[in-house]
Amino acid sequence: MATMTGDHGLTIRGLRGSPRRRRKEGVIRGILIAAAGISLVVSVGIVVALIGKAITFLTSVDLGQLWTEGWRPRSGQFDVPTIFIGTIEVSLIAMVIATPLGLGAAMYLSEYANPKTRRRLKPILETLAGIPSVVLGYFALTVINPYVVQDLFRVTSTFTITAAGIGVGILTIPLVASVAEDAMYAVPNALREGAYGIGARRHTVTTKVVFPAAVSGIVAALILGFSRALGETMVVAIAAGATGSATRHLNPFEPGQTMTGAISSLAIGSDSVKSASSGGVNPFDSLFFVGLFLFLLTFILNTISERFVRRVRRDY
Amino acid sequence: MSAVAPMRQVSSTVQLALTGKKRDLYGRVFQAGLLLSLLLSLAILIVLLGTALVDAWPVLSTRLVDFVTGNVSRLDSRAGVRQGIVGSLILIGFVAVVALPLGIAAAIYLQEYARDTRLNRLLITNIRNLAGVPSIVYGILGLVVFVQTLRGLTGPDNFGRSFISGGLTLAVLVLPIIVLITMEALRAVPKSIREAAYGVGATRWEVVRSHVLPYAAPGIFTGTILSLARAFGETAPLLLVGAVTGYLSSPTDRSPLEILQGAYTALPTQIFSWSRLAGEGWKANTAAAIIVLLVIILVVNLAAILLRNRYDRRW
Repeated sequence: MATMTGDHGLTIRGLRGSPRRRRKEGVIRGILIAAAGISLVVSVGIVVALIGKAITFLTSVDLGQLWTEGWRPRSGQFDVPTIFIGTIEVSLIAMVIATPLGLGAAMYLSEYANPKTRRRLKPILETLAGIPSVVLGYFALTVINPYVVQDLFRVTSTFTITAAGIGVGILTIPLVASVAEDAMYAVPNALREGAYGIGARRHTVTTKVVFPAAVSGIVAALILGFSRALGETMVVAIAAGATGSATRHLNPFEPGQTMTGAISSLAIGSDSVKSASSGGVNPFDSLFFVGLFLFLLTFILNTISERFVRRVRRDY
Repeated sequence: MSAVAPMRQVSSTVQLALTGKKRDLYGRVFQAGLLLSLLLSLAILIVLLGTALVDAWPVLSTRLVDFVTGNVSRLDSRAGVRQGIVGSLILIGFVAVVALPLGIAAAIYLQEYARDTRLNRLLITNIRNLAGVPSIVYGILGLVVFVQTLRGLTGPDNFGRSFISGGLTLAVLVLPIIVLITMEALRAVPKSIREAAYGVGATRWEVVRSHVLPYAAPGIFTGTILSLARAFGETAPLLLVGAVTGYLSSPTDRSPLEILQGAYTALPTQIFSWSRLAGEGWKANTAAAIIVLLVIILVVNLAAILLRNRYDRRW
């Protein structure tokens, strides 16, 4: 490359630009890297904060206290099954609502709507996604429970797990719909045209060609939705009657407690006092243990769904 | 336009002939079902807004101005949401100042600078995972870090339960979302634009600043507005980092730093605490506060959607 040092004054050094300009580049690059690194700091922070305090709780508690007949932090009963059952019940009911509605909306937007209707209909889901969960909680308590749950299932409780589950389900619809729609939209047209070419109708193409081709993305959407439902707090805190304590039961038409509900009622309650009745344990510390449990559950589910999404990307 | 109608007629005639002149009844029902599942979401939205309006009417019709400008009170007939609105706005301002520059800078690095190495892939996966962490877990993080550990900085006189703690917690919460949205907006800018700038000798930062960012700006802007609107409605993490759910006095003669280090409340937190109080008066107050919150959020969302449609660019 020595020929580049020609008569025109072009040198390797000249091409590299002024040192000031390069120094500025370096500084900016450093700033950007630091900003990107903050995400790692946050993750490490979450894990350290949760693990440290959760261990403090676990070492102070007698392990038998984690398996009693109810979640009563004030009396030293930290029954894990109670809040786990409640969480799973709420999330399953949520998915019963969000799966058909979310996937139906996704199929319509991806396979039936033309670009114009698509642009008009999509804001419905975007608006729904923007509704704060505290509003949905109020809605679940004042509308869904009295007019849907009580009327439909002939129950009398003001707070029910079912009402909270339906509320969470409504919140989950936009997430399921958007991830599933992305997956179906990404299915190459050649597949659809192949099917149309041999005389398939549109619903056949949708259910027999596009759906199977997008199935990993759809599974990812459902897992993500489930994970979102697990972590939903305000709807449960308002509509499931999540108070300081709860007994272990499987009846979805009774008030119940979830992991998120337990955390929030510990946070706003006056349970942070160590007393003789709680067996020398600070009930407040159980919040970190439940938080760690919740974090691990959602982290695993999100990682699995990420795998599924990546499979879609690789295929096409 | 005139050619479209006969074309459509021909194609439907052909389709009828191919399907043995039978109307595809099952297909129609299937399509209607799909459309219905989409419209049901709309129906839910309308019922939700409708019931909130009906419940809130006693307040909205008699004392709307007092309600919006009044402070928290123990009397349901005098309670207002001014402190909640102001508190939420301060929190969001904090989030914008902290999370926007950080998030956009991180996204620029990951999308424009980073090579496809293992570390960078790990960073991106990590950010995706962070975006899926339940908001209440961020609340616990804020509780441990900002409220308990950094108490001396965030609110020495207030056990760390201050605007700073709340704002930083919400900022950490929306940071991954802002990174992902910005990365997507940057990715949508075609390569040729970058190459044009490199071709005239621009450095990488000059390319980003003068060519990529201006084209990606509408996308970044809309996405960020939506994520800030989301932060505006977040409640669960604020319960953990000590937003006041009861009475809150707001003295007037405080310096900005004292205000930021002082006790705070937010509109969604007020809604939550009122929703747990008994009586028709509080029910009406809750619904009215919901209407105020929804009006703010829906207006912001609408603005973002309109902005996106206005600047939607096809390359």
